[in-house]
Amino acid sequence: MTRGLPRALVAYSCLILLYLPCLAVAAFSVNKARFGLNWKGFTLMWYQKLFENEIIFEAAVNSLILAAISTVIATVIGTALALGLERTAWPKNALRLFETVVNIPVVIPDIIMAVALVFAFSFLKRLSSVFELGMGALIIAHVTFQISFVTLVVRGRLASLNPETREAAIDLFASRIYHFRRVTFPLILPGVMTGAMLAFTLSLDDFIISFFIHGPESVTLPIYIFSSLKRGLTPETNALSTVISLFTVILALLAERLTRVKANS
Amino acid sequence: MAVTKGEFFTLLGPSGCGKTTLLRLIAGLELPDSGSIFLGGQDVTNIPANKRQVNTVFQSYALFPHLNVTENIAFGLKARKVDLSLAKTKVERMLETLSLDGLGRRFPHQLSGGQKQRVALARALVNEPDVLLLDEPMSALDPHLRTQVQSELLDLHRKIDTTFIMVTHDQGEAMFMGGHLAVMKDGQMIQMGTPREVYSRPKNKFVAEFLWGANILPATRDGDMMITTLGPLKTADQVQWIQGHLAIRPELIVLGEGPNLGQGNYVKAKVIQTIYRGPSVELLLDPGPVKVVTSPRFNPQPGETVSLFIPPADLVALEDQAA
Repeated sequence: MTRGLPRALVAYSCLILLYLPCLAVAAFSVNKARFGLNWKGFTLMWYQKLFENEIIFEAAVNSLILAAISTVIATVIGTALALGLERTAWPKNALRLFETVVNIPVVIPDIIMAVALVFAFSFLKRLSSVFELGMGALIIAHVTFQISFVTLVVRGRLASLNPETREAAIDLFASRIYHFRRVTFPLILPGVMTGAMLAFTLSLDDFIISFFIHGPESVTLPIYIFSSLKRGLTPETNALSTVISLFTVILALLAERLTRVKANS
Repeated sequence: MAVTKGEFFTLLGPSGCGKTTLLRLIAGLELPDSGSIFLGGQDVTNIPANKRQVNTVFQSYALFPHLNVTENIAFGLKARKVDLSLAKTKVERMLETLSLDGLGRRFPHQLSGGQKQRVALARALVNEPDVLLLDEPMSALDPHLRTQVQSELLDLHRKIDTTFIMVTHDQGEAMFMGGHLAVMKDGQMIQMGTPREVYSRPKNKFVAEFLWGANILPATRDGDMMITTLGPLKTADQVQWIQGHLAIRPELIVLGEGPNLGQGNYVKAKVIQTIYRGPSVELLLDPGPVKVVTSPRFNPQPGETVSLFIPPADLVALEDQAA
């Protein structure tokens, strides 16, 4: 118990260190001062300006559309991939190869992924206009890295299921489809949801890959923030960052809640 | 191997002997490389598990964690699209039969081990299977609960008149269930019979030792006398070999000189160790070592010489030839 205080101190110091930058941004987003670090009083003016700014609004809509569509596609493919990997009797070597291939997008630096995608799309656009830089290409690019994360999370969930549950369903006259619909899917749903939330936040957050793939019509929020920084840091950017942070925190909390509730049962 | 309709049949053997595999073959969860499985005279070897009139109680019970008790029990009926109101009556009757009334809305994680087991039983039995398979159904229960649950299982079997095939590694459990049992080893069925037959007339060393360890005496046949370390003994069995093994249950050896004196099969032995067990006394004797289990009235001290009567009818000639 005598060690309680220093330990708590270390914990809180770490937390403060982690969140200080975010808190600073939030603080300056309600500062009246346009420039510099002096506190000139509280205001919500920057938030008002933010919501009146049409370019930002368009970027936000682009980001959300991109995140929503890519997440849906990646979740479906990622879940199918997880099921295929976990529920098929692959030879050991084949499975190891598949696992490595699936994990590469997780560990590979974004910049390399981005260059590779630009390279690939410059070839592929001869086959189809979908691969022209723009929203279509952005969605495909995001799906490519999101799949890996969804698969990782769903596979973890699948592996934690009691294998006898599956045999019990078969023993109780369930066809493959009935078994999937009534047993497997409800049981992995929390994992699928967590994977989807993760994919969604990753898409919202992505700058490097989007920066290489986007077209003039498909500026996303991170790209907007980056380009506005070149014109100098504005309190409006602070307000925007605070809104995005809050949104992400809410999503993360939701995802955490979903998995916790189901883990009890 | 054949199981009579309506019987409580037990597959007994040490872990890894293939008893669970045999159960899974009957369920259709695994396919045999060779051989066939018949159910009520019909060859079901190639019928998939989800079309066989056989249901299983799994070792882990494998209840569906996201479904409540009622939904768990109704699963098989719904999968076969049984009429909803009929399914409802059946599930309710099952809840009653297994004293699960009032637990219908609970989820598996809210149930005790015994309740989970009864749900697993109900979930299988509600489908009125031709055969109910039970894979080590007691292994997940607290030891003090087991005897009670074993009696409940027997009562249930009496009530519903379905063939039960249970797998267990627990000799006591297999005996208790009372129906025929098959002792298995290395994927082979070694001996099949009633508990009394298998226990008192073990076929070979493995069965004799696996069921509470009989005394095994290497012997050489000389006419109708068996020459053992204890001396020459007679057995009521027909003996085929010249050199082989005999088995005698520790509790069937009679201590002291009784009314059978003079009919032979009396030997003398020295006490090495006396273990007082409460309900019985266990003696380790030399030569042998031979184990004798007798009434706690006796209290011979180590070093003492005792005389033993080995009833010829209880001295079993095993199939095993000399090693």
